[in-house]
Amino acid sequence: MNLTLKVWRQKNASDKGKMVDYQVTEISEHMSFLEMMDVLNEQIINKGDEPVAFDHDCREGICGMCSMYINGEAHGPDRGVTTCQLHMRMFKDGDTITIEPFRAAAFPVIKDLVVDRSSFERIQQSGGYISVNTSGNTQDANAIPVSKEAADKAMDAATCIGCGACVATCKNSSAMLFVGAKVSQYALLPQGQVEATDRVLNMVAQMDAEGFGNCTNTGACEVECPKGISLENIARMNTEFMKASLKG
Amino acid sequence: MALDSKIPKGPLKDKWTDYKNHIDLVNPANKRNIDVIVVGTGLAGGSASATLAELGYNVKAFAYQDSPRRAHSIAAQGGINAAKNYQGDGDSFYRLFYDTVKGGDYRSREANVYRLAEVSANIIDQCVAQGVPFARDYGGLLDNRSFGGVLVSRTFYAKGQTGQQLLLGAYSAMNRQIARGKIEMFNRHEMLDVVKVDGKARGIIARNLVTGEIERHSAHAVVIATGGYGNVYFLSTNAMGSNATAAWKIHKKGAFFANPCYTQIHPTCIPRSGDYQSKLTLMSESLRNDGRIWVPKNLDDVKAIKEGRKKPTDLSENERDYYLERRYPAFGNLVPRDVASRAAKERCDAGYGVNATGEAVYLDFASAITRYGTEKAKIQNISNPSEAKIYELGQAIVEAKYGNLFQMYNKIVDEDPYKTPMMIYPAVHYTMGGVWVDYNLMTTVEGLYCLGEANFSDHGANRLGASALMQGLSDGYFVLPYTIGDYLSNDIRTGKIPTDTKEFEQAEKEVTARIDFFVNNKGQHSVDYYHKKLGKIMWEKCGMSRNEKGLIEAMAEIKALREDFWKNVTVPGISNEMNPELEKAGRVADFLELGELFAKDALDRNESCGGHFREESIELDGLQKGEAKRNDKDFAYVAAWEYKGEPANAVLHKEELEFNDIELKQRSYK
Ligand SMILES: Cc1cc2nc3c(=O)[nH]c(=O)nc-3n(C[C@H](O)[C@H](O)[C@H](O)COP(=O)(O)OP(=O)(O)OC[C@H]3O[C@@H](n4cnc5c(N)ncnc54)[C@H](O)[C@@H]3O)c2cc1C
Ligand code: SF4
Ligand code: FES
Repeated sequence: MNLTLKVWRQKNASDKGKMVDYQVTEISEHMSFLEMMDVLNEQIINKGDEPVAFDHDCREGICGMCSMYINGEAHGPDRGVTTCQLHMRMFKDGDTITIEPFRAAAFPVIKDLVVDRSSFERIQQSGGYISVNTSGNTQDANAIPVSKEAADKAMDAATCIGCGACVATCKNSSAMLFVGAKVSQYALLPQGQVEATDRVLNMVAQMDAEGFGNCTNTGACEVECPKGISLENIARMNTEFMKASLKG
Repeated sequence: MALDSKIPKGPLKDKWTDYKNHIDLVNPANKRNIDVIVVGTGLAGGSASATLAELGYNVKAFAYQDSPRRAHSIAAQGGINAAKNYQGDGDSFYRLFYDTVKGGDYRSREANVYRLAEVSANIIDQCVAQGVPFARDYGGLLDNRSFGGVLVSRTFYAKGQTGQQLLLGAYSAMNRQIARGKIEMFNRHEMLDVVKVDGKARGIIARNLVTGEIERHSAHAVVIATGGYGNVYFLSTNAMGSNATAAWKIHKKGAFFANPCYTQIHPTCIPRSGDYQSKLTLMSESLRNDGRIWVPKNLDDVKAIKEGRKKPTDLSENERDYYLERRYPAFGNLVPRDVASRAAKERCDAGYGVNATGEAVYLDFASAITRYGTEKAKIQNISNPSEAKIYELGQAIVEAKYGNLFQMYNKIVDEDPYKTPMMIYPAVHYTMGGVWVDYNLMTTVEGLYCLGEANFSDHGANRLGASALMQGLSDGYFVLPYTIGDYLSNDIRTGKIPTDTKEFEQAEKEVTARIDFFVNNKGQHSVDYYHKKLGKIMWEKCGMSRNEKGLIEAMAEIKALREDFWKNVTVPGISNEMNPELEKAGRVADFLELGELFAKDALDRNESCGGHFREESIELDGLQKGEAKRNDKDFAYVAAWEYKGEPANAVLHKEELEFNDIELKQRSYK
């Protein structure tokens, strides 16, 4: 296929940035979206210009690094996938595709399509862990049984890849789905109970401090989440937060 | 320089305990005065950083991604082994030890592997305490599954995302220490050299990948945990950024590189579909429990399928060649990874590959679906179920077992594997070779350690499934924290290591010179152009089967390619800002040297072992006729290479392997 790409180019954080048009030819429908970007970049390099910078690593939908906003959607038109899993068969010959970085005040652009998601890091550092000594004197793993249902639900929450699509797609740039997933994972496991109060209070406080917006229950995050993290997790976080506020 | 593996004396089962009882300890108050650099925050580096910080050391951790949570370990699917014997099926430290040594084709170090088996049980306890949501059974206890090459059920898992969950566990432990100020985390930083002072590792030179700034960081010890070098093949199941740079740079500064030619080729990956392909995707080995592997018997059918005149489902049972079942009746589709990979390549080389590139065989679930469906119909008391009903029931069971993999396949290939067989082909997956380390995980440079996939120590010539995660966490949580203490106990009075010395200056100068070269060399070819060429040489001549002629050619071709690279490569952009092409250029430059050493090592090892089929070393008769032949008399050693300028001039040191607790036996899967 032959495509027209409108790509956001921004030299660095302080540059204003602009959309630039590119033509790409001979794109196979079997390519992944990022392989199509490789073709574009090869073409740009051969002309002696600077290729488009974008974040990616695993290219199999698990590291959470790739982060493009394609035709107005985080990770593009397919459902339940990251950009690296999006394939060109979702597009038609002659299409024009708009490619932008994830946009949110808490995710500043570093260059072209690369954004800084370290606000997610700081939220996790504020309490997204269980305070267990890592030097190996823990009790036997089967000493505390965990019901299959709780383990499965915790696992579902824990599959969040920290990509930030939920934030990028939310009109308020809220990070509630991400934080809700993390809070839920520990709220559902017996191991996470002792610090539950501090954890949710601290994580929510940090989330606010980073400049993420509030949740108004639009549910766009759930729709765009590549890992199917459900709104149930936001509800659980809210409950945990209420409980903690009453205690605290 | 003689290699000293520092294996403690005494009986195998007491070595680690005795060792721990006799090492020097660092007083907790003194740990505050000691800095440790950890490069890499995958399972190995992440667990090491968290534990060292927990113990009280000041840790500086580095990763090229924007978060430790995105390290390549995140991609591991299947599971992690541990000798817990929760299933009561006879597992023990010894049995895990035995399976691992045998699986590695007797090319690993007994003492290390035994220690690995010993601490494996502790890993599970540790991770559960951290909140890793491992699969549970209905009684609330941990569930297990079994993996290739073993007879007990010892693999712990979290759906098909075990690596992700274990890494998030280590990452959360790191976060706790980052919050406490005990770990200083340097995301988007790449280590570009190690700095030695008086023969000891005392720091690194790193590049801030956002600003391009070159930084000096000092410490009392340096730990490398930067993963494997499978991307030397260009196409592999590794993440795009996985690289050999840290390992190669320390090799050039005196760390020996061991068994570079040992690479695992995994049999069940999604085949390449064209030249634009950037990486390959693994389909978990667990699929072989239910899938049957075949190609058409007749070349006419192969042609018809390629031309779209026939579908695989049109071929009847006796028009298909279930070549694994035919050649290895005892193990069938469950032969180890190396055997399955080689057999697939053999069929495709003979012209039976079923896709456009001729590099694919079928993995067929139809008979499993029918079998499960029939069984289920019986259980549900459905008399005379229709074929469609049986299919529906069977599909539900297969979906419960492998749903996410089938979906992943469907997304990539755009075919429904419930309806038509999957296509698979072997791909480069894991590197067993790596930086040589002694029992303490120290390299041949004092104060320089190496953990996880980046070192060579525990897997021999072949890696069993679910054992890499185990090794990474064992090294990081439980081994290094002891062994490094023994070394650092001599450093309590050293004080801060200054970074304004001539050693740092010199190392920084070299790093800067190289970067300047890249951005100023206006050549004609992109970095990927060279990387792809290198990958092709590696795959064709240093891949699943190798011979003397091919390896000699490979060495010469890689050298020539490297020379061309240094003349004609082009790197757009500038050095003092984010520049992904520049990052790639440095990595490919190192691969171009490592590749040649790889071929040299393969040439030297004139035996077939593990996944490495040396065409000159083959069983000539008997039951094993045509199979790989290992040669213990001449090759029961670790090949540790010392850098001498050009890779071709590297000097071989041998660590002879002693097997006192296990009898060396030829593997047989007939
Ligand atoms: C698809 C797939 C499935 C797998 N499934 C399994 C499985 O089921 N069971 C199993 O046991 N194993 C499995 N493996 C293997 C296993 O995942 C890896 O061997 C293991 O995770 C490696 O861990 P590591 O900590 O050594 O390195 P990695 O996780 O690769 O971490 C490397 C780290 O080093 C950093 N780094 C690299 N170079 C530099 C540099 N120069 N400067 C700064 N930082 C640097 C990176 O940022 C990263 O943090 C699988 C592998 C793949 C690819
Ligand atoms: S909740 Fe979903 S969209 Fe948000 S960061 Fe996690 S995986 Fe991405
Ligand atoms: S590159 Fe890892 S999720 Fe897309």
